[in-house]
Amino acid sequence: MNDAPMIEMRGVSKSFGTLRVLDGIDLTVDRSEVVCLIGPSGSGKSTLLRCINFLESYDTGEVRVEGRLVGYVEGNGRRRMPDRALREIRRGIGMVFQHFNLWPHMTALGNVAEPLIRVRGLAAAEAGLRARAMLGRVGLADKEGEYPARLSGGQQQRVAIARSLAMEPRLMLFDEPTSALDPELVGEVLQVMRDLATEGMTMMVVTHEMGFAANVADRIAFLDRGRIIAYGPPRHVLHESTEPRLRQFLQTYHERNNF
Amino acid sequence: MDFALYLRYGPALASGFAVTLLCWFGGAALGLALGFVVALLQRLSFAPLRWLTRTYIEVVRGTPFLVQLFVLYDGGPSFGLRLDATSSGILALGIYGSAYFAEIFRAGFNAVPPGQVEAAASLGMAPFTILRRIRLPVMLVAIVPALTNMLIILSKETVVLSIITVPELMYQMQTMAAETFAAFETILAMAILYWIMVELVARAGRVVERRVTAFMTGAA
Ligand SMILES: Nc1ncnc2c1ncn2[C@@H]1O[C@H](COP(=O)(O)OP(=O)(O)OP(=O)(O)O)[C@@H](O)[C@H]1O
Ligand SMILES: [Mg+2]
Repeated sequence: MNDAPMIEMRGVSKSFGTLRVLDGIDLTVDRSEVVCLIGPSGSGKSTLLRCINFLESYDTGEVRVEGRLVGYVEGNGRRRMPDRALREIRRGIGMVFQHFNLWPHMTALGNVAEPLIRVRGLAAAEAGLRARAMLGRVGLADKEGEYPARLSGGQQQRVAIARSLAMEPRLMLFDEPTSALDPELVGEVLQVMRDLATEGMTMMVVTHEMGFAANVADRIAFLDRGRIIAYGPPRHVLHESTEPRLRQFLQTYHERNNF
Repeated sequence: MDFALYLRYGPALASGFAVTLLCWFGGAALGLALGFVVALLQRLSFAPLRWLTRTYIEVVRGTPFLVQLFVLYDGGPSFGLRLDATSSGILALGIYGSAYFAEIFRAGFNAVPPGQVEAAASLGMAPFTILRRIRLPVMLVAIVPALTNMLIILSKETVVLSIITVPELMYQMQTMAAETFAAFETILAMAILYWIMVELVARAGRVVERRVTAFMTGAA
């Protein structure tokens, strides 16, 4: 079980009605690897990520996390796994969303402590201590009493990251974590993610930050119309691949970023 | 104007006011509880239950409160429900309110941003925990104004209970008017007392709304 890759996707497909959003995805992510997922809007990046913790169900194929089949009962066709078992898997997977999704009626500290109390079953005092430590780790020790509405986007996203990290996940999923941020706030969030990668966290990151992908990712996957059509080390995907759709995608990037 | 009248009928009016409050609080509590259950049932994926609750809401909202009251009080015994006037009144108010409260709760549930629920689910929170810790608080903030509004409407519907002889404020007023022929004094007292009651609810609602939303808009 512990030899199994962190994530293993085999022939994963998913349709919304007649629209085939994921079309035979094969992808393996090893422990401590950082994989960035890039691709045009609507290519299925979010859907792929959300299949990994089964926020989205998939139609065919298999998603395994640490060897464990996600969402369905092993060897039993398409029978859904019991909710309890799914929650067990989700506890080990942190997810960070584009729009932070903090709970507005709880302080920064409350947001981080809540899952520790309700899911991990910690006593409030201990959860508070651990939550405080996590906020310190993302540089927000002085903001623990603030409600989300009083925090900047960058601060909110760091609270969201702390909320996930407090649960001690073995895998972190990021869905465009900086896309909703003002440009001057992007750096502080990327820095936290970079530190996390250095510490050996396994991460799958949907992003439009090519600099981050180039410098931090071990592998980059380029997704187009539900298929991974380029995959490999950043240098390979960003500079050497001759895949026309990838070249075209990168071209629009260069044009936008070079004014 | 005969102010001495108010002194003479003071005790009757006070007891009427107490009964009005009792019916209102009782009906509101019942309506809120019932409405919440109906709203929860509507969220289940079991189609017959959804259909049943939908019909319940449509029927209750589609018929006058007075008719519902008569069905319960006069028609009740024919299906084994024998209640005194006040209990019938409270039950009727509760049923009447529940249909509207259910709709308010339904709108509230829909107003909870799905992302906040997904965040909770992705952390491994159980559905009931998500309901209690995330959905409910977030939704309550959104519906405080609508709830206040419906509570005010219910407080005014209590006057209808006088028709089935519930000894509430309206009933006592009518007795006073009938015994003294002091129509103007009666109407004046009535307007003032009900207005005070409604104004108190409205104010309480605004205070709750302010306190509850303050921190979420960053004004705390
Ligand atoms: N719940 C849904 N119901 C129907 N269609 C959906 C749903 N979610 C996503 N889609 C569609 O599936 C396709 C892929 O969506 P997805 O969100 O995975 O793309 P994406 O690569 O993340 O795009 P973006 O860069 O804009 O976030 C899109 O065409 C989208 O409209
Ligand atoms: Mg997306």
